[in-house]
Amino acid sequence: MTVRATVLRSFYQDSVVLMRVAGQVNKRPGVHKAAAFMGTASNHALLAQAALATTEIETATAEDLILAVEADREEIAEAALAEARELLLERRKTVDETSEHRPHTLESALRHQPNANLVTISVPGAFAKFEAMRALRRDLHVFIFSDNVSLEDEVELKREAARRNLLCMGPDCGTAYIGGTGLGFFNAVPKGRVGCVAASGTGLQAVASRLAMLGEGLSHGIGVGSRDLSAEVGGDMTFRVIDALAADSATEAIVVISKPPDPEVAVRLEQAVSEVGKPVVVCSFGETIGTRDGVLWVGGLDEAAEATAALLRGVPWTPQPFGDPDAVRRRLMAGAAGDRLGDGRILGLYTGGTLAQEAVLALRPLIGPVEIGGDPADPEGGHRIVDLGDDAYTLGRPHPMIDPETRTAVVDGLTPSTKVGVLLLDLVLGRGAAEDPAAPLAESISALRQRYAAAGKDLAVVASVVGTESDPQSLPDQIARLTAAGVQVLPTNAEAARFAALLVKPNLADRILEVQA
Amino acid sequence: MSRDQRRHLVPSGPLSVINIGLEVFAEDLSAEGVEVIHVDWRPPTGGDPRLIAILAALEDLDD
Repeated sequence: MTVRATVLRSFYQDSVVLMRVAGQVNKRPGVHKAAAFMGTASNHALLAQAALATTEIETATAEDLILAVEADREEIAEAALAEARELLLERRKTVDETSEHRPHTLESALRHQPNANLVTISVPGAFAKFEAMRALRRDLHVFIFSDNVSLEDEVELKREAARRNLLCMGPDCGTAYIGGTGLGFFNAVPKGRVGCVAASGTGLQAVASRLAMLGEGLSHGIGVGSRDLSAEVGGDMTFRVIDALAADSATEAIVVISKPPDPEVAVRLEQAVSEVGKPVVVCSFGETIGTRDGVLWVGGLDEAAEATAALLRGVPWTPQPFGDPDAVRRRLMAGAAGDRLGDGRILGLYTGGTLAQEAVLALRPLIGPVEIGGDPADPEGGHRIVDLGDDAYTLGRPHPMIDPETRTAVVDGLTPSTKVGVLLLDLVLGRGAAEDPAAPLAESISALRQRYAAAGKDLAVVASVVGTESDPQSLPDQIARLTAAGVQVLPTNAEAARFAALLVKPNLADRILEVQA
Repeated sequence: MSRDQRRHLVPSGPLSVINIGLEVFAEDLSAEGVEVIHVDWRPPTGGDPRLIAILAALEDLDD
């Protein structure tokens, strides 16, 4: 085993480009790990942690690009580094040749586009506040996708935005819709009468897509960043957006997608939503369904979408474990269940952190303890849900929503001796996500099922897909690919998790499905 | 900030976007027909965090 690394001086590339290059080089035979990072302090630490740091890269700064490879032999590592260098140089050449004017700063971009009203920021976290503050001071709204921004910096940015009556979406904001326009990772959803305020990007995608399925669209979907309702940040952005949506004539109902709020901020949130004067649904994981001061509180994403659609139509709504219990019965009769499923362990391999969290909360009341994170291939332990988008799994690899191979590599590592009975998956479509995420996943699943069949064991695979028919990947096409590989595709993530529970505990089915009938 | 002013928080007209960071976001917006300009960004001050702090402090004074 050998490690080789090199530095390209003054060669800034964004992290998606770098992850794609690293992903490409990782596929070469004999390569164990490949990383392409800018030389920031945190990246130096990551490389050291991954045993990819060499003396060559010690002097690399944030402007310099580090390429590092661990491979079987020196010549394999050198060839991999050469390919990475070649890919990056080729890309830079193409960009230089094909691009029209490319400003280097916000000021020069504003000279070219003086009517600009919003800045999207996805630079490394250490620089995000600097760029965002510059934008706010020029009276521009900001959408900050970057994470790793300190809480103090977030507070300062949001204070400046409040002073100027501007939107500060984020830091750590994955998705937003302003009018009909999506920002970051977003699905093609219709314009409509539901206004959303969201602390979770994937949560907003799931609710917006589900609303679209139910025939409802968004007036606006404003992301506020995952920490807006923390004690330190205080929720001011959330409250300002709630007020704006309350006054917005296109918005007839409001959905608040919250992360568990700080207790004092929660009191203020209750106050704010009770004064809206329009139907409001607040989705907060773990919350028991109930109405307080005219506001409906729910604990799941699909519940939020379904309850809102019902409120708008003036029809009664009661939460159900499954939208179509008969279809679930048919699936149970047709598919593998119970003791045929290996040792009956559920393994969730998720690309969306919020969806992983929702699955854990849906599973625990039905099947008891569920482990979060850890080694997906560990045959010991019980049911496990893993968020493969977590930093612990993405070192030198693209986020699994961007590159499906980050997850298929894990599926490919599973064997019947891993003792998994049910594999539970999410798939997130839309802009920002992979072009055809279902295809490589279906291929890996087919191969895994063959390995199980050869060992005389059954494996059930259950999934849900966040997306719409109008997304570039097309929801029906993606579902068809998965179904053809024998995957049971349920309409929502919570239903997929509950269905997985029924497969490992078939005696639950009578209780759950009969209650519903 | 009064409630009346807050009404106008969310832009009502079409978006015109400046994108700083991941180029894929500018490509996606452009594909959706949104006016967008991508900044060919480099870390300011060569990426030295101490110099950025000084630069930020100077801009705070200017404001």
